[in-house]
Amino acid sequence: MSRDTAAPVDRTDTTDAVEADAVGGISAPQQGDPAPTGARALRPVEWLRWLWTNLTSMRTALALLLLLAIAAVPGALLPQRPTQPFEVSSWIEQNPTLGRFYDSIGFFDVYSAPWFAAIYLLLFISLIGCIVPRTRVYLRALRARPPRTPRNLGRLPAAATATADEAVADVLERARVELRRQRFRVDVREDSVAAERGYLREAGNLVFHLSLVVLLVGLAWGALAGYRANVVVPVGQGFANTITSYDDITSGGRFDPESLAPFALTVDRFTAEFETGPVQQGAARVFEADLTVTEEPGAAPYPFRLEVNKPLAVGGTDVHLIQHGYAPRVTVTDGDGNTSFSGVVPFLPQDGNFTSAGAIKAWDSRPEQLAFQGFFLPTAVVDEQGPRSVFPDAFEPQLFLNAWYGPPREENGVPENVYSLDVTGLTQITSADGDPFRIRLEPGQTVELPDGRGSITMDGWERWVKLQISRTPGLGLTLGAVVAAVTGLCLSLFVRPRRIWVRARREDGRTLVEVGGLDRADARTGLDEQVDELAGTLGTREDEASRQAQGAGRGTTGDESSPRRAEEHDGGRDDGGERD
Amino acid sequence: MDFAEVSNTAMVMAAVVYLFAAIAHAGEWSAAQGLDQRERRTSPARELVGAGGPGVVEHPDAADPKVERAWLRVEKLGRSGVALTVVAFAVHAVAVVTRGLAADRFPWGNMYEFVSTSLLFVVAVHLVLVLRAGQRWLGLLTTMLATVGLGLAVTVFYVDVAPLVPSLHSTWFLFHIVAAAVSGAAFNVGALASILYLVKARAERRGEVRGYLARLPSAKAIDLLAYRAHAFAFPLWTFTIAAGAIWAQYAWGRFWGWDPKETMSLVTWVLYAVYLHARATAGWRGTGAAVIALVGVVAYWFNFIGINLLVSGLHSYAGI
Repeated sequence: MSRDTAAPVDRTDTTDAVEADAVGGISAPQQGDPAPTGARALRPVEWLRWLWTNLTSMRTALALLLLLAIAAVPGALLPQRPTQPFEVSSWIEQNPTLGRFYDSIGFFDVYSAPWFAAIYLLLFISLIGCIVPRTRVYLRALRARPPRTPRNLGRLPAAATATADEAVADVLERARVELRRQRFRVDVREDSVAAERGYLREAGNLVFHLSLVVLLVGLAWGALAGYRANVVVPVGQGFANTITSYDDITSGGRFDPESLAPFALTVDRFTAEFETGPVQQGAARVFEADLTVTEEPGAAPYPFRLEVNKPLAVGGTDVHLIQHGYAPRVTVTDGDGNTSFSGVVPFLPQDGNFTSAGAIKAWDSRPEQLAFQGFFLPTAVVDEQGPRSVFPDAFEPQLFLNAWYGPPREENGVPENVYSLDVTGLTQITSADGDPFRIRLEPGQTVELPDGRGSITMDGWERWVKLQISRTPGLGLTLGAVVAAVTGLCLSLFVRPRRIWVRARREDGRTLVEVGGLDRADARTGLDEQVDELAGTLGTREDEASRQAQGAGRGTTGDESSPRRAEEHDGGRDDGGERD
Repeated sequence: MDFAEVSNTAMVMAAVVYLFAAIAHAGEWSAAQGLDQRERRTSPARELVGAGGPGVVEHPDAADPKVERAWLRVEKLGRSGVALTVVAFAVHAVAVVTRGLAADRFPWGNMYEFVSTSLLFVVAVHLVLVLRAGQRWLGLLTTMLATVGLGLAVTVFYVDVAPLVPSLHSTWFLFHIVAAAVSGAAFNVGALASILYLVKARAERRGEVRGYLARLPSAKAIDLLAYRAHAFAFPLWTFTIAAGAIWAQYAWGRFWGWDPKETMSLVTWVLYAVYLHARATAGWRGTGAAVIALVGVVAYWFNFIGINLLVSGLHSYAGI
């Protein structure tokens, strides 16, 4: 293929690039002279040109593609920081030496690693270096007339002859009309007609490669200006879309916090159903969140049913239902007999059966602060493995807690993890025998803490949903690029360029019509038939035997591209076979 | 017996009959062992079309009754292979359809269903080649693949019929999975052809085209078939990834998240892109491209089996 800088001699002119391979591997026409030879050191310009020629060569592109494939693999096999931070930590803990080594070379965050970026950026530069010159060549080819008629049509892969009584001009005119009808681009010369079709192949090829660049731009735009935030909302509670109400947010460098869509919503109900039958027991069957949405302050609220594959779209912002869990509803009474905490506390699911961990913090308790940490089990079972949940639905909800107390502290404003308890400065409450005091609660039950420190009541439980609020600008561009890429790909793989020539001349008082055809890509089917049919339309077929032309091969035409004989398997693909 | 039981029984039966078909085709190959067949004048396609019809095929060595008998044996074994494959295919189709009826949905919800459906497509492609183009030479590898694949499906991947989890309730699920199964089938056919290409091209280089190899089309023709299978599969695979990304945007609010499954499908895509480019590049064409195609199919299978079973990601929701 023409991108082989190793064999620049084989190249004749730039039009070769257009009739490149079947895939349409992109290719840069030779940019300049072959690399200078001899001992003289390269001047900077020459060196740059050498670098550019090499970077945009097909071999380099192939190597970069392979490298990209290899480089992406560790990210699929190892846990990745952005999505699985805890798995990464435990992986490193289990394999300290290898883990630290992997970490130092970015194996735990492959897709943001500099070397990964280097590979795909080089690939895209190489890509652009090919598209631009090839587009130029293609545009020139679009304006050009179909190639001159070869001297000997009989040597083409498909050829046929016929005789007619009409004048040469009439036969050629009929050939022109017929080929036009078959959507060929036709050029009538003095004694012949040259026709070509299949220009869309290279167009598709260019569109495909160009779309990849557009795709990258769309991705970059989305990553820079977009954001994604999560918020846990217990059922019955609401959420207003401001940056302070998010639990966490990741955003690009060009994200503007002022641009958030001013909507608010309330989670009225959340329905979760799980498989109770013997097959796939516990598998999720239904997740539905019923919301009331207010698009902007003052707007009329409307109901919306949020499901896993049915996000809510509000003013360019998407709201997805991505997780759910349980939140026990508890009331804590302090040592003074006052209610120091009352409400729902979201617990985080730890396994598929929603064994959920969390902390209840009653910092307003007096004379001492009270705090609890433990598990909520939707379907609790206590056996030799300890307390655990055996089903994701809440059939036997129980709360297992340990309790701590400590002197009242100043609010210091330092953010703390709401799902776990920092026991620094706190003392664990123990029972009479010195073991940690264990609390086991069912809805409606109350447990008194020892030594009159207070009590805790499990009033019930609620579900919570985790909503993902996201905006991805450039989504339309990205989608458009993908659609264009697939379309272009199909064109470049399935359009079959073909050339057909018709020559007519008077001989012995009749008009002898010669038809020859050449496929310029993998178009095994139909060339012979089309050539025969055309000859039959233009005159009377006289020689069936001439159908399978046994020409000597190349170099017999005035055209730049040598028509080739059909291969033994009559593939005759234009896969650049003669150019390497 | 309900649909589920019919499906399970039929699936095992299909695997067994595919095994018999593979044995018949293996017999076909080994019966041709040592038969030194001169290069045919007729085109392979035409000759095999003849083989599909009634009557004995004319061979260059027809004069020698011993050789003729040997070729007749090859022919008989090959045809029994095809016949057994047709039977197995019918049973296989029944198994897939009844599985869908039992689950009351399209049978693509888990690995078991996906692999059995994809293999049905693979065998369908093979049978189309046999019945329409008279190309029987993919028989051995196809039936071996079907035997091993269905064997794995019924032993390792099997799960009972169950409804889908909510994340699979999407129209894009349909597009995504069907495109994945069909392109997967085409990639597999392409890979089988590439294997035969490597074998045949090696024999041609050494000038020792003997036995069954001589009955295969030329290395170039095999390469062309492999290319066509890949060229058909590649845009479809691109669409599979795109449909998956669109679905992911609906389900998870991000169209690409470097989930292991997504990553490996991109790796597979890149490898096949390399294949298509390599086929047109000096020094890579032929053997190099065929090897890359095989690496591609390994990546495809690893993505399907390895990622589902070894790595935890967003695609590991269906158990197996």
